[in-house]
Amino acid sequence: MITTLEELEEIANKKQCENNECREELRVCIGSSCLSLGAKEIEKDLKKSVKDRGIEHRCRVKGVGCNGLCAAGVLVSHYDNESGEEVLYEKITEEDTDKLAKAVESQKPLEEHRSDMSRGFFAKQKKIVLENAGYIDPDDIEDYIAHGGYRALFTTLNDATPMEVISQIKQSGLRGRGGGGYPTGLKWETVAKVDAEKKYIVCNGDEGDPGAFMDRAIMEADPHRVIEGMALAGYACGAAKGYIYVRAEYPTAVEKLNKAIKQANRLGILGNKIADSGFDFELEVRLGGGAFVCGEATALVTSIEGNRGNPRQKPPHLSDHGLWGEPTVLNNVETFANIVPILNNGAQWYRGFGTEKSPGTKVFALTGHIENTGLVEVPMGMKLSELIYDIGGGVSEGRNLKAIQTGGPSGGCIPADMLDLEVDYDSLKKVGSMMGSGGVIVTDDSSNMVEVARFFMEFCKSESCGKCVPCRVGTTEMTDILDKFINKEATKEDFELLKEMCEVVKESSLCGLGQTAPNPVLSTIKYFEEEYIKGIKDD
Amino acid sequence: MIKQKVRVKTFQINGIDVTGRSDSTILEVAKEHDIHIPTLCYLEGLSCVGACRICLVEIKGSNKLIPACTGKIKEGMEVFTDTDRLHKHRKMILSMIFAERTHTCSVCVSNGHCELQDMSVELGMEHSQVPYLTNRFDIDASHERFVNDPNRCILCTRCVRVCDEVEGAHAWDLVDRGLDTRVIHDMDDPWVESESCTSCGKCVQVCPTGALSEKGVSATEMVKKKSLIVNLLEMRNRER
Amino acid sequence: MSAPTDARYKMVERTMKKLGYKRSALIESLHTAQETFGYLDKPALKFIAKRLRLPLAKVYGVATFYHYFRLKPKGEHNVVVCMGTACYIKGAKEILHRLEKRYGIGAGETTEDGKLSLLTARCVGSCSLAPIAICDNKPKGKLTVEDAVENIEKALS
Ligand SMILES: Cc1cc2nc3c(=O)[nH]c(=O)nc-3n(C[C@H](O)[C@H](O)[C@H](O)COP(=O)(O)O)c2cc1C
Ligand code: SF4
Ligand code: SF4
Ligand code: FES
Ligand code: FES
Repeated sequence: MITTLEELEEIANKKQCENNECREELRVCIGSSCLSLGAKEIEKDLKKSVKDRGIEHRCRVKGVGCNGLCAAGVLVSHYDNESGEEVLYEKITEEDTDKLAKAVESQKPLEEHRSDMSRGFFAKQKKIVLENAGYIDPDDIEDYIAHGGYRALFTTLNDATPMEVISQIKQSGLRGRGGGGYPTGLKWETVAKVDAEKKYIVCNGDEGDPGAFMDRAIMEADPHRVIEGMALAGYACGAAKGYIYVRAEYPTAVEKLNKAIKQANRLGILGNKIADSGFDFELEVRLGGGAFVCGEATALVTSIEGNRGNPRQKPPHLSDHGLWGEPTVLNNVETFANIVPILNNGAQWYRGFGTEKSPGTKVFALTGHIENTGLVEVPMGMKLSELIYDIGGGVSEGRNLKAIQTGGPSGGCIPADMLDLEVDYDSLKKVGSMMGSGGVIVTDDSSNMVEVARFFMEFCKSESCGKCVPCRVGTTEMTDILDKFINKEATKEDFELLKEMCEVVKESSLCGLGQTAPNPVLSTIKYFEEEYIKGIKDD
Repeated sequence: MIKQKVRVKTFQINGIDVTGRSDSTILEVAKEHDIHIPTLCYLEGLSCVGACRICLVEIKGSNKLIPACTGKIKEGMEVFTDTDRLHKHRKMILSMIFAERTHTCSVCVSNGHCELQDMSVELGMEHSQVPYLTNRFDIDASHERFVNDPNRCILCTRCVRVCDEVEGAHAWDLVDRGLDTRVIHDMDDPWVESESCTSCGKCVQVCPTGALSEKGVSATEMVKKKSLIVNLLEMRNRER
Repeated sequence: MSAPTDARYKMVERTMKKLGYKRSALIESLHTAQETFGYLDKPALKFIAKRLRLPLAKVYGVATFYHYFRLKPKGEHNVVVCMGTACYIKGAKEILHRLEKRYGIGAGETTEDGKLSLLTARCVGSCSLAPIAICDNKPKGKLTVEDAVENIEKALS
């Protein structure tokens, strides 16, 4: 049990010394993507090879979270603790492990697998949320503490009032990373001001957007950062209990979070009278069950209560009628992951990144027809062209860019001629798309945009909870109509009906799922109308 | 939970000044003032779910449409219940309800006494604006007195709510989701085998369409006791 | 599945106990039950309903709302084809179609001999390896249609 900042520092120092005992480290990425390429086996083999060569006292092998360049997995980084030098190896397979150990032994880098770390993919990123990802061992709370973890919580509990925390968050301008971009400080303030005996903090780890995996990476690579952010929210808002709602399809994230909570409980970093203050905070993980709609705030809350995940009409908002009817703060994983750096470095520092209205960074998942698929973290307001070309390496197989889809099923397509767009919440909305959770899907000139629209509509249809008529029936009807366009059997009346249904479903659905379901259709009509016209049969 | 003191609020509906208790919904106040707002999933005496979206109204200064059955009143708000925009939306939504399943009125026990049918007359809708879908479900006629024809169900969940909130049996619930959603007994068991059903028949009385009906009535004969629930609740309150 | 005296019910009981037999323990209990039994059958659902004092209809309604829950046993072998956006863009549909044709079953179905279940998922979180399929819990990335069939043939033989 630790109760003071000094004791925390002690753990940090001890762990740092331990880390420094070995001068070098081989860090194997055990993020989901690399895992599926056999990262666990590689880690095991490397350990063995290092031991066989008798260099285990000099070089430690450890598993770390995703560092972003998933397309080039399995990634292994060779890090020198003293000089801080790092060599990154890509595309390591089980056959390469002994060669790699030999390279470490002989101090001669394995050139054929060496990754160029000076290139745009790395150079143009700014890691705040993911600063620990790829460096620390997510299974070890001490490693987190050694990297400055839980200091924000301890100092805040000792020296700051809840209102001071909220004021910092407000000044930082942090906006919710779950899609809507609602100011986090305001959200906290509303709940903090409510006079209620019980309040709750809920973390949205449902990540339902098919094609987005940043929250997963954060939870897997740095679970303690999310926990610390939630505890700070609890202190700021006066809540003593929190829940992390994670999709059941993310077993590794669930495992890491549960382990992290256990370790934090054991050290007294969670529990009663944290840091010898009057603040208690308890955390539990709850599993989702494969329902996209449960990412919607009211549905998520009712799902934690053990019900079917049907959203309910707002207001009342969660801030006055949330979990079990109590005032509740619900934030996205990435939002919580931003809290610790803001409190450590101050609101002004944070505002130094990003734009005036959208400060900070955003993690994006680059996928589709793009060279460097993977996770990247960049300052808000970066030009799309930089994101796609400098960082993403451009369209794969040398084809031409057609459109960029952001915001998943609630978002829209941005045509290739708008590459100068500076990406933030408001600019994306202006062009008819959305930030969403941060999925960026690049499509090349071989793609049919009506099919892309249909893909998302069909997704909404199968994920509609069925509670309200416009979404339940409308998404089905619209999928059918889009099929007609794809089969070139549509009529002019179908086109009119499609547009009219988009409007009605958007305006009359109960929750965000239905309200945004027409967006992919509307934006493809806006920018690629000719592809719809081509689907109309001539008569 | 935050409790607020009950006060009286004044606001406007369609330009007419109205007042209501601060915890009332727009629909409740409209009713008290004899202003008609069409509804389907709403039933007096049961909780409000805002599912059918027929009762949507406009509020001045907001682009959002909100359901009158769940929307709480606010001091000074200006509500409109009868605009062109609302008509257009209501017609499209009603079209969708008709298109979703099979509502062939001529052979229905509720023909002439059906709230869905009444609604199409009220909104002046002669045919569905959207293509008919083809989901078909089996009829459950296992119960000795009642029939459940899911093909005529509009998923208003009145039956689920009345069974849970008034009868206290919770024999009904929804199964699956999206377009496949159905109301079921217990574990999707035939009605007659339901362990929880008390055969009280409340669900049949509150069902707005011919989805739940009594056996032995022929087309056009099924007349439902619309005020059953309100009367029942009033009686209960009087006893206390 | 055998009667509720089955030792495996203890696992489910443990989850319910941990959560104080509160009604909100329903979804966690269903997860544990599925993990222990492989799927959720009616006796298991009834057991949970009874222990948590929940209406049967409610338990059944919840179990069928979440697609992660299975009410039927899976086949001996399983293939999950990812149909998330990234995989879709890279041709997951063709892979699924080919497999459906090859084995005469639709997505979500099991072959008559119980050998193979064909499932789909919405993004398994490895989009960089798109298109991806998970054959018997082993993810196979950057698949071609031929690879997919070959992988399954290998698993089945
Ligand atoms: C259909 C639907 C799905 C959503 N899915 C997610 C999700 O997977 N993760 C998430 O963080 N927010 C999701 N949201 C947004 C949440 O409702 C909520 O706004 C958000 O979690 C609030 O956190 P923030 O303020 O930190 O962004 C979804 C919203 C809707 C309408
Ligand atoms: S909009 Fe769709 S998901 Fe949301 S409540 Fe209505 S049916 Fe359910
Ligand atoms: S059976 Fe009747 S009361 Fe029940 S949901 Fe269907 S239409 Fe509504
Ligand atoms: S999973 Fe290995 S780099 Fe992302
Ligand atoms: S879309 Fe298939 S793994 Fe993400």
